[in-house]
Amino acid sequence: MKRLFPILAVLTALLLTYALYQALVVAPTERTMGDVQRIFYYHVPSAWTAFLLFFVNLVASVVYLVWRNPKADALAVVAAEVGVIFCTVVLVTGPIWARPVWGIWWTWDVRLTTTLVLWLIYVSYLVLRRFSDSSQTPKLAAVLAIFGALDVPLVYFSIWFFRTQHPQPVIGGGGSIDPRMLHVLLINWLAFSCFAVLVCWWRYRLERLQREVEEAQALESLLGPGGVPSQSARVKAPLGRGPQ
Amino acid sequence: MKSFWSITLATLSKDIRLEWRSKDALNAMLFFSLLVVVIFSFSFDPNAEESRQIAGGLVWVAFLFSAVVALNQTWARELRNQVLDAYRVSPAPANSLFIAKAMGNFLLVSLLEALMAPLFTIFYNLRVLGPGWQLIPVAVLGTWALVVNGTFFAAVSLRTRSREIMLPLLLFPISIPAIQSMVEATRIILTGDGSARFWIVLLLTYDVVFTTACLGLFETVLQAE
Repeated sequence: MKRLFPILAVLTALLLTYALYQALVVAPTERTMGDVQRIFYYHVPSAWTAFLLFFVNLVASVVYLVWRNPKADALAVVAAEVGVIFCTVVLVTGPIWARPVWGIWWTWDVRLTTTLVLWLIYVSYLVLRRFSDSSQTPKLAAVLAIFGALDVPLVYFSIWFFRTQHPQPVIGGGGSIDPRMLHVLLINWLAFSCFAVLVCWWRYRLERLQREVEEAQALESLLGPGGVPSQSARVKAPLGRGPQ
Repeated sequence: MKSFWSITLATLSKDIRLEWRSKDALNAMLFFSLLVVVIFSFSFDPNAEESRQIAGGLVWVAFLFSAVVALNQTWARELRNQVLDAYRVSPAPANSLFIAKAMGNFLLVSLLEALMAPLFTIFYNLRVLGPGWQLIPVAVLGTWALVVNGTFFAAVSLRTRSREIMLPLLLFPISIPAIQSMVEATRIILTGDGSARFWIVLLLTYDVVFTTACLGLFETVLQAE
């Protein structure tokens, strides 16, 4: 598995370069919006990737709550962190596009608001993980992830009823798109997905290593400098988990 | 073994008795929302039509912020003398404890709303143009929406550093659809501009979904130590 990582890294770099070239040079210029429309090739793939990662976080959280598997919890942290980054990209590129096209930076439209609320929920998820240092943090965070997932449809309905301005989805939603544009979009999506997998993979290894180090340190402080178990450690050591 | 509801009622009456004797939370909440009303009133200085438009938002923001005062002390009180540990080892069902706490907070926030509503009416020259009775289901469902998740997240944030700050950080993002429903329903009823039915149904859905989720997951949170 470790040898696969540099291969994926090189592949991702090549794909990203190719996708950039496709988006900036090959894709046709949109008739009414002009070149600013090209931001679409970054905005939409980032959104898809972010939503996918939040979904991974939800599944990993449920798996953790049911089976208490520490690997699932590490995956949940990683998916939430990387998902927040991609979601930030979506929320930043959106207004840059909206300003020249709609004439406004921001509007309380259904997709914009739902994405923003999703971002807020996952930021609060990361804040909870940061501020809580007991061993029970994974459990509490997994519970919060489930609450967040329940909240999203309600947010969507409330804003949908309120107003909607975002362009209708061009894929699978009645809108039409030039096949060349679709091609570029899909290439960019593939490149972004590879990039997300790469970052998550690296971050996951880091998270696992960090936990191993913390466990080893905890064990060391129990055993004392000479490796001789102290009075309290002799009782506690068999209960604690050693380094894997 | 006592029944589920007798345990719930015992916990609830204990909490009400404690609050009645000190009135700490109630006084703090009343004064806090009074300050919000006064500050909003002179920072916007609205005329009658404008106040009908914005009052829904102001009222609920004031109640939301004041509710956090009550919610924060829900579980913090039980940490002293290891009362919470006693709850954990007792055979009483975890959910009876949760429902008692949520009902206690509901009564406290409802009392606050009943006391503050006349003040709001005076300061903002409010006259209801729509069907006024609908404000009652909005207030009941809205208050429950705030306190059920508030009580739950107060338990979640119990073991974090700076827990008083943590509660609003966890509660507010999740409460956004509920707050929007309350504000919109109140605005529609005050201005008499359309029907508030959609928002009331959405609030009811929110309450049902999150009450179920809280009851399903509270035991996990209570036992997390």
